[in-house]
Amino acid sequence: MKKLTTLALLILALTVAALAGSRYIERAQGTSGSDVFHLYNWGDYIDSDLIEQFEEETGYRVVYETFDSNEAMYTKIQQGGTGYDMAIPSEYMIERMIEEDLVVELDHSRIEGLENIDPDFLDLNFDPLNRYSIPYFWGTLGIAYNEDMLEGFEPESWEDLYRPELENSILMIDGAREVIGIGLQTLGYSLNSRNEAELQEATEQLRGLSPNIKALVADEIKMYMIQEEASIAVTYSGEAADMMWENESIVYILPEEGSNLWFDNMVIPHTVQNEEAAYAFVNFMLDPEVAAQNADYIGYSTPNEKAMAFLPEETIEDEQFYPSEEMMDNLEVYEDLGLEYTGIYNDLFLEFKMMK
Amino acid sequence: MVKQRKLLSIPYYLWILLFVVFPVLLLLFQSFRGLDGGFTLTNIQTYFTSRVYLTMTMQSFLYAFLITVLTLAISYPAAYFLTRTDNKQLWLLVLIMPTWMNILLKTYAFIGILSQTGVANQMLEFMGIGAQPLLFTRISFLIVATYIEIPFMLLPVFNAIDEIDDSMVYASRDLGANEWKTFLTVIFPMSLSGVRSGIQAVFIPSLSLFMLTRLIAGNRVITLGTAIEQHFLVTQNWGMGSTMGIVLIIIMFGVMFLTRKRKKGVPVK
Repeated sequence: MKKLTTLALLILALTVAALAGSRYIERAQGTSGSDVFHLYNWGDYIDSDLIEQFEEETGYRVVYETFDSNEAMYTKIQQGGTGYDMAIPSEYMIERMIEEDLVVELDHSRIEGLENIDPDFLDLNFDPLNRYSIPYFWGTLGIAYNEDMLEGFEPESWEDLYRPELENSILMIDGAREVIGIGLQTLGYSLNSRNEAELQEATEQLRGLSPNIKALVADEIKMYMIQEEASIAVTYSGEAADMMWENESIVYILPEEGSNLWFDNMVIPHTVQNEEAAYAFVNFMLDPEVAAQNADYIGYSTPNEKAMAFLPEETIEDEQFYPSEEMMDNLEVYEDLGLEYTGIYNDLFLEFKMMK
Repeated sequence: MVKQRKLLSIPYYLWILLFVVFPVLLLLFQSFRGLDGGFTLTNIQTYFTSRVYLTMTMQSFLYAFLITVLTLAISYPAAYFLTRTDNKQLWLLVLIMPTWMNILLKTYAFIGILSQTGVANQMLEFMGIGAQPLLFTRISFLIVATYIEIPFMLLPVFNAIDEIDDSMVYASRDLGANEWKTFLTVIFPMSLSGVRSGIQAVFIPSLSLFMLTRLIAGNRVITLGTAIEQHFLVTQNWGMGSTMGIVLIIIMFGVMFLTRKRKKGVPVK
């Protein structure tokens, strides 16, 4: 009995010590308090040197938390209990968040440098007049392939992915809209189709693609492509840029049928606690030099027109990353489908995953 | 004394109420909610009429069954021989040690082993078979899942066998039974309680291994866990996700029932 009491007391003492320790560390690092800025962003989606620079210039301490899907981010912000000052979701999610009052309307008098942004990326359908969001990055979905491993075959379209010789060699992005979208676009339908017959047809169409799929994964695609675990991947432009940086045999193309064009914008969620810091961050990121450094590091395309001057020529002339007007016309932006159709897309996606 | 005991048990009742009863009720309640938030039976109806969901349930069941059979096939002999070794506690510790490591770390280690240029393929090449695609296959999924679940089967089986009084074995021998017969009629029946808890500890979690299905099987194996995650995080259809959760709970009760401890007492002939 005495032993038990001693043990219980020991555990209690250790718990208290751990708690006090973590409090102390938190305070020492300044992860709580009024000069803290909580940034909720995708993983590895900002140059960490820029975070340091921001901290030095403004005196705020940045707490960087990450999410791996728009939906996961949405759930966390909607459920509350979080204190994020800024989030960087994609366009269709911003549309939904505006509708549900989850984002704070921006005070444009406190924003400097919006004129640096290419007008093509302002005043878009998902957020007219940019009342809620400021462009951060944009990009496309496309095909990354390893020239050496494919031995002369160069895919140019979604259609090419169905070829029998590609059996078990494609790494596919694990997203319902992306995958069903490939089926839709191969058939010439819209990425935002809300027509059940079209969706069924697209899923049937994808049955032919299924044997060629090696795996449906997300962030890991980058690593596997660099290590040459697979020869082809369907992935986002920025991921592809990273791969090409590490492995020179990799090429990124936009498929002929067209593809998805997406925008990630900065928003202030309703959970904001430090509005001051949020505006400081927006203004910091709008700075052309900062935007250029970030784009150079991350590999996605910057909407900041003035930043182009600071980017290497080969980057901005690369048509796969900064496509021509004509190619842009072929790209389609996701719209928020609403809960019912999001469910339908995802059930079809599950069906696709179970084929083979 | 009785009063004091009652007083002391209050925290436990509170605990069970808050963290067992309440969440299950919440899940049940959610499963009757539609996308619009109103009361509905459509979730259950959708589940039982959807070819996709039913196939997925069957697949989860099949894989969980295979994983359990494999772990049992490996763990039972291991546990048996372990009880016969000199330093059995030490060997047991060695076999249990992998559970001290984070499951994600172990999974990532397997990615390294199974990849195109990994150790497994180097061995195959050395043996003259040549590199095979190992990662993202069903076999790999079964191997890794089995590896991860083995300690949870090994431990209860080992304890059950270890608890068997040696005099039982001697008695069996004295009465003329050979080693095999002793095992079949004495040791195995007496170790069944351990096998039962092992099956429960392995089968139930195996039904919803969504992390392994993604990392090792590349989502080419789909279990109910994958769909539940998707309904909570992507489609925001918590009702449907909860319905699947309830289905899982019912399956678990089924497994518990099938592997329950039957009344003791060997029929006397």
